[in-house]
Amino acid sequence: MSNASVDVVPQPSKLKSKRGFRAGHTGWRAALFMLPSWVLLLVFFFVPILLTFYFAFTNLSLTGASSAATQFVGFRNFASMFADPTFRISVFKTIIFLIFSAVIGQQILGLLLAILMNERNRAFRSVIGVLVLAGWVTPEIVVAFIFFAFFSNTGTFDMILGWFHIKAIAWLYTFPMVSVVVANIWHGTAFSMLVYQAALGDVPKEILESAEIDGAGRFQRLFRVTLPVIKGSIATNMVLITLQTLGLFTLIYSLTGGGPGNKTETLPIYMYQQAFSDYQLGYGTAISLILLIIGIIASFVYMRMLKIEM
Amino acid sequence: MRINRLTTDKVLAHVILVLIGIAFVVPLLWMIFASFQPNATLSLEISKHWSLSNFGSILADPANQRAFLNGILLSIGQSIIVVVVAGLAAYPLSRYQLKYKRPFMYVILFSTSLPITAVMVPVYELFVFMHMTDSLFWTMMFLSASGLPYAIWIMKNFMDSVPVELEEAAWTDGASTLTSLRSVVAPLMIPGIFTVGIFTFAGSWGNFFVPFILIQTPAKLPASVTIFQFFGQYGSVEYGQLAAFSMLYTIPAVLLYIFGQRYMSRGFSFGGATKG
Repeated sequence: MSNASVDVVPQPSKLKSKRGFRAGHTGWRAALFMLPSWVLLLVFFFVPILLTFYFAFTNLSLTGASSAATQFVGFRNFASMFADPTFRISVFKTIIFLIFSAVIGQQILGLLLAILMNERNRAFRSVIGVLVLAGWVTPEIVVAFIFFAFFSNTGTFDMILGWFHIKAIAWLYTFPMVSVVVANIWHGTAFSMLVYQAALGDVPKEILESAEIDGAGRFQRLFRVTLPVIKGSIATNMVLITLQTLGLFTLIYSLTGGGPGNKTETLPIYMYQQAFSDYQLGYGTAISLILLIIGIIASFVYMRMLKIEM
Repeated sequence: MRINRLTTDKVLAHVILVLIGIAFVVPLLWMIFASFQPNATLSLEISKHWSLSNFGSILADPANQRAFLNGILLSIGQSIIVVVVAGLAAYPLSRYQLKYKRPFMYVILFSTSLPITAVMVPVYELFVFMHMTDSLFWTMMFLSASGLPYAIWIMKNFMDSVPVELEEAAWTDGASTLTSLRSVVAPLMIPGIFTVGIFTFAGSWGNFFVPFILIQTPAKLPASVTIFQFFGQYGSVEYGQLAAFSMLYTIPAVLLYIFGQRYMSRGFSFGGATKG
């Protein structure tokens, strides 16, 4: 069991409810207490999920001929989706964005920060920690503005490159994917850092010390002791940041709008454009069903990893 | 030899950390400096003329005042609903032996990790059919529902650590379940209530996508969407004002984080729950 009593990540409770606690009409009483949450979750969470499965198979639209009479169209949305080169591009962009910003960027940088900070003195640690956390606390839309300025061809990044006589370029147009990946790493790394700081606290000092006495170098200690001990946290963090990155809309939408062309058009951006710019809600819903299914699979993986006892 | 290697290790670790720290702070500098310069560009300039005029123009605009007010109403409303509804739901989950507890908690845990983005199109459809679009109230209700699963988890865990004996004492004195929940359990759950409240408020304050989709009338939009529209309209000219607007919009999030840190600092451990 964890040593933390307050958890940002859901954790099973230690205490079991008392059997027969105020026995009698507990069933009704419990239902009454839970009624408001049931109603809210049902109307605004589970009904939309069910609607996704229904509307994904219709030609629902806000304008044009089909807006008057919504029809069941079977798998037509999916057929045109898989035939659409833009859809394939956006799947590819989503995977690239996921791998570089979440799996490689946030995971590795977060872990590196946690490991390097592990045995530094308190003041130094908190200064670096605060700088990294600043990116996390900043709202997504402001992160987009900050990087819009940072990567412009008169911006801070080109100014720094200028010190090394590297010519200024408009990063958002020339390397749009790199730009959104960097912005998301800046925004998201603190979460992984905090997760790994907590996880490293659970690595027994004695094992590390005896490994050192046995002549294990620092990389051997890292790969043979530390990483195997925290592998549960690595896996869980991977699923969580994958889910967060998969649903990322605001940062990309306000930084590049999915462009130029469709160079940064991930699935959420593509979904938004189909549903709300082209008013093809049925088709947009079919895309969100794809997102939802990936999310459902990842959520199941997440639950398996937590190995809940309730 | 050994001491030498230890010191080089230490120096190297410090150097890398300082470089990463600098890399994280550099993008922020533009926003800070530009917000104090009336004629700011996209370049990082440290001018000698500091001025608060950008902040003045943003705050003086009634449309922006309205946007901040809408954002505060939306976030406070959502936080109160989430704390009360999740607190009520957590009580039987923590105290009673229920047949459906296990499946219910699984559904809750499952819902915590689903990306909201994936349901926004059907949510919009639902809002259109039920004539709920363009309403701050219904947007608040949807946001509350989306924050509930996580809040119920946290609340249940906090409630589990409040001893049952205290409540039993209250009942002996004739208190009803609701009274004991309010006057015995709630005061002991202050850290849990703050954690849930602060998380909910921060999430709501920073949320752009949901109000962007569900609200259309400019006068009803919260600051997150107004700042985006400001960027679209004046963003390419008034960079100083954009930076000032961003600062003003970010400050509540920073303050909440500082205030909430002592509740959150013990968190972030997957601990024994994960035996991968």
